[in-house]
Amino acid sequence: MSGSMRKRVMRMRGLIRKEFLQVLRDPSALGIAFILPAVLLLLFGYGVSLDAKSVPLAIVVEQPTAETTSFCGKFEQSRYFVPHHYRSLHEAVEAMRRGEVDGIVHLRADFGEQLRRPRPAEIQVILNGVDANTARIVSGYVQNVFVLWASEYLRTSGTQIAVPVRIEQRVWFNANVRSRNFLVPGVIAVIMTLIGALLTALLMAREWERGTMEALIVTPVSIAEILLGKMLPYFLLGMGGLLLSTFMAITVFDVPLRGSATVLIGSSALFLLAALGMGLFISSVARIQFVAAQIAIITTFLPAFILSGFIFDIRSMPRPIQWITHIIPARYYVSILQTVFLAGDVGPIVWPNVAVLALMAAFFLVATRRVTRKRLD
Amino acid sequence: MSRLMALVVKEFLSLLKDPRSRFVVIGPPIIQLIVFGYAATFDVTDVALVVYNESQDGAARELVSRFTGSPHFQLVGTVDHDEEMARYIDQGDALMALHIGPDFRRQLQQRGSADVQILVDGRQSNTALIVLGYAGAIVEGFNREWIAREGGVRAPARLQVRAWYNPNMQSRWFIVPGITGLLTLVVTMLVTALSVAREREQGTFDQLLVTPYRPWEILIGKALPGFVIGVIEASFIVAVAILWFRIPFVGSAVTLYLGIVLFVLAAIGVGLSISSLAVTQQQALLGAFLFLVPSIILSGFATPIANMARPVQYLTYLNPLRYFEVILRRVFLEGTPTQLLWPQFWPLIVIAAVTLTTATFMFRRRSAAT
Repeated sequence: MSGSMRKRVMRMRGLIRKEFLQVLRDPSALGIAFILPAVLLLLFGYGVSLDAKSVPLAIVVEQPTAETTSFCGKFEQSRYFVPHHYRSLHEAVEAMRRGEVDGIVHLRADFGEQLRRPRPAEIQVILNGVDANTARIVSGYVQNVFVLWASEYLRTSGTQIAVPVRIEQRVWFNANVRSRNFLVPGVIAVIMTLIGALLTALLMAREWERGTMEALIVTPVSIAEILLGKMLPYFLLGMGGLLLSTFMAITVFDVPLRGSATVLIGSSALFLLAALGMGLFISSVARIQFVAAQIAIITTFLPAFILSGFIFDIRSMPRPIQWITHIIPARYYVSILQTVFLAGDVGPIVWPNVAVLALMAAFFLVATRRVTRKRLD
Repeated sequence: MSRLMALVVKEFLSLLKDPRSRFVVIGPPIIQLIVFGYAATFDVTDVALVVYNESQDGAARELVSRFTGSPHFQLVGTVDHDEEMARYIDQGDALMALHIGPDFRRQLQQRGSADVQILVDGRQSNTALIVLGYAGAIVEGFNREWIAREGGVRAPARLQVRAWYNPNMQSRWFIVPGITGLLTLVVTMLVTALSVAREREQGTFDQLLVTPYRPWEILIGKALPGFVIGVIEASFIVAVAILWFRIPFVGSAVTLYLGIVLFVLAAIGVGLSISSLAVTQQQALLGAFLFLVPSIILSGFATPIANMARPVQYLTYLNPLRYFEVILRRVFLEGTPTQLLWPQFWPLIVIAAVTLTTATFMFRRRSAAT
């Protein structure tokens, strides 16, 4: 008994050694594990942001007065706007049609007179609504600048403004409402998906196409051992990529890590297993690189980008689409990452998601084994 | 001419003869368009709200009912402890908490101004900003009525905000045309990126090179299937966007098709360049992914290019999808005429010309080497 056990261990050691050598001798694999995450994280960390700043804004002043000057001054001071000045609405509209400004603030010729009447003066704001999200953010910025100006204007004209109800707002976990804080953890999930599922799908499909997989299968090594041997190097490379990404997220992008490293590493390991399992499964089913590539990009990268909660909030999706997101492993991982990075180890969020990831990893590994065996018969 | 036809027919057959690869070219884009079209939205609805009201005042109750009665909010619980409120937010059960303190009434009567606390889960900062916007609008409405009823200092002016081209500011109008660009790019890249590499690995590309075909004829043979599939797919997606998602299409179809044709040519050029530079299929696939992933994420499809760090913005000038996204959205929603879109058209022409020439040159150089 112990003899066969020893043989098994030796066989396994040989196999793992072979797989490691194969990965290490292929410089592209190392590049994929370390250079790719670093480059992608830098590119996306600096590139993906929902915080509009320096918005080009047209300010139309038909008749300059002291009031319009103080009004425009508030926009000049704001770091959110780059004001462009026009004397007529027509010119500003033309600029918006050319795409030079994202919005127009229009002060009519009688703005100064209107201010002295009992009815409130009207300030027309026209936004380019094509990018609705940015338009909404810009509208909020304009509102803030306006309130600032209005209360100052009232103060200088001798009236003290008393707002009946004032909001004292606090944004938890992300006090400055910085989109990078939630996007960078999401980027890590996308990168881990790429390393885990996409690349394994491609690399393994190549082995099927070349027949090296069949060559391995006819040796006395069991299928489970072959799969384990194939996965181990990629698993370690993936975990290396994760540590690098986390380190960069904290040091380069100033994202706080409020949870524990244990939860982060543990859940990442589970996600990586699920992603590797998915990649192996795709390659075993497709067996042709072209098809494997298409299935992988369609079932891994695009859903991880759009359906995981990385950019688009799952809570905002219609209910049937929310159900669909439950089959995307990245969804659970993004949820864990956003919580572990920004809020801490919140048990009721972390554990259910970890459990689902563990189930998914088990499912894909078992399914791969079954598919592989069936094909051999 | 018939010689060229034969080559084109061969390329189509090699692409579509395998039922699995035929399916992946046609099936997934349709499913993805529908799923992503509904999923990709920045609009926040049914915000889970928890209320912690310590004041017995009528004004406080009125404020709370304005929140609970709003279509944007959905009450998920009322609490009477700070910790309980915190737990709702921590665990993600509520997105926003409204807290009215016990001295709300006193503050309002003595100072004419009372504070209410609003806590928002900032884990998704964009959602948090939108929720704060909703809360601000509700409180502002309350204040306006309060002043009208009880008296007080009115604001000297009022903002009248209108959004052109998308009056209700629905992000779906922005995202769905954008998906057209995304899926067209994925399909054309997948079709073209492997075409040369696969044949090179199987050795049939050398056979093709020793035939009397000229490199440009081989290029046309390789490019045409991708072109036809790309344009048909784009047309189909545009039709679904208009007919199914009811996205208004106010521009001209000619301008749109000019954009589609130029973009598909540029995408094919990139795909064929990757394919002809690669020695193996594996390299071609990796190359295609390394191009696809950043070009999708940094295209302005989901997050605006204007928000990116300056060096990353410069990098996006190399990305054909960047230009196509602008063309799609502006033609769809603004009805921008062709001449105003020229700044988007010429870079696509340059990218297509450079990459298609590179691909042809690479066929020839490799053929000279063998």
